Amino acid sequence: MIRDITIGQYYPADSAVHKLDPRVKLFATLIYIIALFVFRGIAGFAVITAALAAAVHISKVPLSYMVKGLKAIVILLFITGIFNLLFTPGDVVYWSMGPFKLTDTGIQNAVLMVVRLIYLILGTSLMTLTTTPNQLTDGLEKALGPLNRIHVPVHVIAMMMSIALRFIPILIEETDKIMKAQMARGADFESGNLLQKAKNMIPLLIPLFVSAFRRADDLAMAMEARCYTGGAGRTKMKPLRYNRRDAVTYLCILVFLALVVVCRVFLP
Amino acid sequence: MGIIKASKLVHEFIRRDEEGNVESITTALDQVDLDVKEGQFIAILGHNGSGKSTLAKHINALLAPTEGSLWVDGMDVQKEENVIPVRKTAGMVFQNPDNQIIASVVEEDVGFGPENIGVPTDEIWQRVEKSLAAVGMTKYRNHSPNKLSGGQKQRVAIAGVMAMEPKCIVFDEPTAMLDPNGRREVIRAAHELNREKGVTIILITHYMEEVVDAVYIYVMEKGKIIMDGTPRQIFARVEELKAHRLDVPQATLVADELRRAGLDIPAGILTRRELVEAILSVRESRRG
Ligand SMILES: Nc1ncnc2c1ncn2[C@@H]1O[C@H](COP(=O)(O)OP(=O)(O)O)[C@@H](O)[C@H]1O
Ligand SMILES: [Mg+2]
Repeated sequence: MIRDITIGQYYPADSAVHKLDPRVKLFATLIYIIALFVFRGIAGFAVITAALAAAVHISKVPLSYMVKGLKAIVILLFITGIFNLLFTPGDVVYWSMGPFKLTDTGIQNAVLMVVRLIYLILGTSLMTLTTTPNQLTDGLEKALGPLNRIHVPVHVIAMMMSIALRFIPILIEETDKIMKAQMARGADFESGNLLQKAKNMIPLLIPLFVSAFRRADDLAMAMEARCYTGGAGRTKMKPLRYNRRDAVTYLCILVFLALVVVCRVFLP
Repeated sequence: MGIIKASKLVHEFIRRDEEGNVESITTALDQVDLDVKEGQFIAILGHNGSGKSTLAKHINALLAPTEGSLWVDGMDVQKEENVIPVRKTAGMVFQNPDNQIIASVVEEDVGFGPENIGVPTDEIWQRVEKSLAAVGMTKYRNHSPNKLSGGQKQRVAIAGVMAMEPKCIVFDEPTAMLDPNGRREVIRAAHELNREKGVTIILITHYMEEVVDAVYIYVMEKGKIIMDGTPRQIFARVEELKAHRLDVPQATLVADELRRAGLDIPAGILTRRELVEAILSVRESRRG
């Protein structure tokens, strides 16, 4: 299961979405998330679904690949669903037992929250799947550039993010490997209560941490060896430049936001 | 003076306890003298812990000497203002292919070094192009490094160093984590750089087969250089190498055994082909 996490991974393809300026994609994702939390009713849902479907289609990322990423949050979805289902008070009570009850609002909320979460993951992973970590952090660095003036180390933060993203798949693979190695030695990660499970994780976490620190050390050395001294005086291999496509997309995003707001206000 | 010149180089790792008292001192380099001419391909052999990596890190100004001196292309590495120029002159390829690739796309990683030294955008692209072509990785330029084999990752790392156009590249056990195929790929790439671009190569390894084509070999133990010479001179001293628990190329070993068994085979045989020729000539002389 741990190998199924697709968040933060890049899916190389030659599509218009891939070629968009990362700042546009960051902005789009932000607006999309806002939309997910303000929309109400079937019409708003339809607008968001259409927008997401269009973006996925244009991106050429196979839907199956994106859905695979959801596997990692199945449990989260399940818990969210159950909580909303059983603990929401409402007008019509279909069934109740002790503190649990099944109400019309509960069902509505459960469906809404689960759909929201699924859409949230799909939307944000579409961004990371179509944007290389370097572009993503370049975008962030540029977009947050003004914060430099109040002494926020924007370049450093961006660099840290891009390295974290580069090493996520490596560390995941390593976790998998250590887990198998420890299981072969009789370690048990499945049974027992929560406390016991946490305790059983120790033979997994210690080697993982040791190796992560080692990697960090090596990497710092390798970066220094290649003359990295921080953001000052660096040039860019892929400097960010807006073009027509980006302008059109900005326009589309604004239209999308307007539609969602209109749906919320006028079509309950 | 050669491109890399060390004179009585000493490096001590000092471990201190909480109060700052010296707990232990490891002398990782002990009076090392080294002289590498521009365009040479030299090799450094030695066991784990013999100080090879420590020496390599000095050449790249990642560590500073405790005593003695080191010049890279005429620059004294101890001077603060020389650190970046030294790193531009002498690049480094490390052992673990994963831990030296910074970017998530091959071509962006190759561009990382040039970006750091402020090369203009157009020129970065040209350099990336050239470097990827030189190591035969152009086809993979848009791939994620995670999907490559160990040998391919190491070739990307080499391209990343090449793109900075160094005069010299230090390879610190670049093949230690690779399978035989990957090992061959990387060593071939190093030789090609040396032959075609005239880059000075310092290859650190403990695979004897990889050093037979070097022009000069240094053997290190406990921070000292205990032997140096051409591969032929070094591998003629089979007994001495064995005493230091160092391997000998297989062909050299067989030749040595045959000679001691009474066959008239010259010392310093390095490759299988030379061995075959020597045996054939023994047979010829016995017939004639
Ligand atoms: N950062 C360090 N701190 C303390 N001792 C070190 C450090 N790095 C290396 N050493 C010691 O220095 C010696 C030489 O190490 P190294 O240069 O890595 O050898 P090699 O690369 O030949 O295996 C070893 O005894 C090692 O334990
Ligand atoms: Mg070493």
